[in-house]
Amino acid sequence: MRNLVPVLTVVCALFAIWYAAAVWLNAPWAYNKAERAGTELAFTELVADTWSQEKPKLPAPHQVGAEIWNTTGAMVASGRGFSKRSLIFHSWVTFSATALGFLLGTGLGIALAIGIVYNRTMDMSVMPWVIASQTIPILAIAPMIIVVLNAVGISGLLPKAMISMYLSFFPVVVGMVKGLRSPGPMQLDQMRTWNATPAQTFWKLRLPSSMPYLFTSLKIGMAASLVGAIVGELPTGAVAGLGARLLAGSYYGQTVQIWSALIMAATLAAVLVGLIGVIQRIVLKRMGMA
Amino acid sequence: MAAMQAGEHRLTSDRVISAKDLSLTFQTNDGPVHALKDVNLDVEKGDFVSFIGPSGCGKTTFLRCMADLEHPTGGSITVNGASAQEARRARAYGYVFQAAGLYPWRSIGGNIRLPLEIMGYSKSEQDRRVREVLELVDLAGFEKKFPWQLSGGMQQRASIARALAFDADILLMDEPFGALDEIVRDHLNEQLLSLWERTHKTICFVTHSIPEAVYLSTRIVVMSPRPGRITDVIESPLPRERPLEIRDTPEFIEIAHRVRDGLRAGHGDEV
Repeated sequence: MRNLVPVLTVVCALFAIWYAAAVWLNAPWAYNKAERAGTELAFTELVADTWSQEKPKLPAPHQVGAEIWNTTGAMVASGRGFSKRSLIFHSWVTFSATALGFLLGTGLGIALAIGIVYNRTMDMSVMPWVIASQTIPILAIAPMIIVVLNAVGISGLLPKAMISMYLSFFPVVVGMVKGLRSPGPMQLDQMRTWNATPAQTFWKLRLPSSMPYLFTSLKIGMAASLVGAIVGELPTGAVAGLGARLLAGSYYGQTVQIWSALIMAATLAAVLVGLIGVIQRIVLKRMGMA
Repeated sequence: MAAMQAGEHRLTSDRVISAKDLSLTFQTNDGPVHALKDVNLDVEKGDFVSFIGPSGCGKTTFLRCMADLEHPTGGSITVNGASAQEARRARAYGYVFQAAGLYPWRSIGGNIRLPLEIMGYSKSEQDRRVREVLELVDLAGFEKKFPWQLSGGMQQRASIARALAFDADILLMDEPFGALDEIVRDHLNEQLLSLWERTHKTICFVTHSIPEAVYLSTRIVVMSPRPGRITDVIESPLPRERPLEIRDTPEFIEIAHRVRDGLRAGHGDEV
């Protein structure tokens, strides 16, 4: 509760800036319209106009809010919550690709990290490739993945999930390599004095020690997954998903639609990352590591 | 030389650890470092042997050789009549490190259970042994607590309990009380002695505290650096029963004096 006042202050400041920017950016169009109609604009009229245009350069918060409500809450109220025009539907499509890609990426990342920690050849050879993979712009490689997978008969959810995986495995590899290597020489010597097998050392020491690193990586990986899923929806021709809404919005100059999809994506990311944060807090607290 | 003699007149009794011309040289960028050079020592069953010397004298390295954590570059070492590696594989010793090294995600009981799980003891046997060693180190009732809920001294006691849990005959201790304050250390020394009395373990104990070494040991091995070697082996005439007050007796002070002389001699004219 102590943080409520500062947080609200910042939120209010952001809204104030947003509204002011809407006036500034949309004013030329308002003046243009007034000039063609041969009228003069008073300041209040200008403000009212810039905050209610149909295709503004920057929609005002309440316009975006109304659009989000119309495509979520209102549609649920009228029983069409999961129709193709509903943002809930598009969010769900993006979420399923994000979640699948995140799981695949986490699995791949942990597997690679184990290989790097336990195998000298992998230690020397894999990491440069992992880093190189992240230097390729995802926008360049995403269509390739879609096209190639489509050519072998895989389409729909999986190609998008692959792009998510491509982005999300990286932080997991980096974090888990560090985490699995975090036990000190003393702890490893101790395992040796008990004549523990490598598998026992892994399950009882290395893996538990890596948990704080894993959760930090998972948060970054989840955000990257969502970006991957949205990017993956762009080259498929805007069928469904938040990425499709963004693309369709930009085709038809529907800035309000773009912003509402953006806010929806940001909310989705915040919820997913927050969820991992909650799990992290519970797990690490139970492990005495928080 | 004293080490050789000490070894020879005991040929008849049970020899638990035996080092012959043991050497260990580390290759570093600044040339070879002789951590140990021609070390000869025999440890008998039931002995409490302290290793004392300035840093770099190889006392910890010697202990790690016994535990098969370092590999000697010359000479030989046997533990329970076998090679150090075989002894380690047979879980012949418990090793206590300077830091307690308890896992924060395991309770005290869970930490003590860890080596038992690794060694494949049955669940009921684990429970029995955990209870037993907790009693032995005076931590009964703390099984469900977590390491952060215990003081440093209690944590170190838990780590000793962990080393005792699988009932090895030998206990190797590397400055286990080095990080604790004087009062706690006194208390733990007393407890360690009574534990040794009750369990009849053979204990090798690395320390750099003269009173600690004299108070605990039946034999004190004085070492000196560059190269790491044994300069004196002192047989303690003190009785096995040792109240803390024994530290004010003339015998005690005399042994402490001899240890100090040994340390000074080993240091040569560097001090």
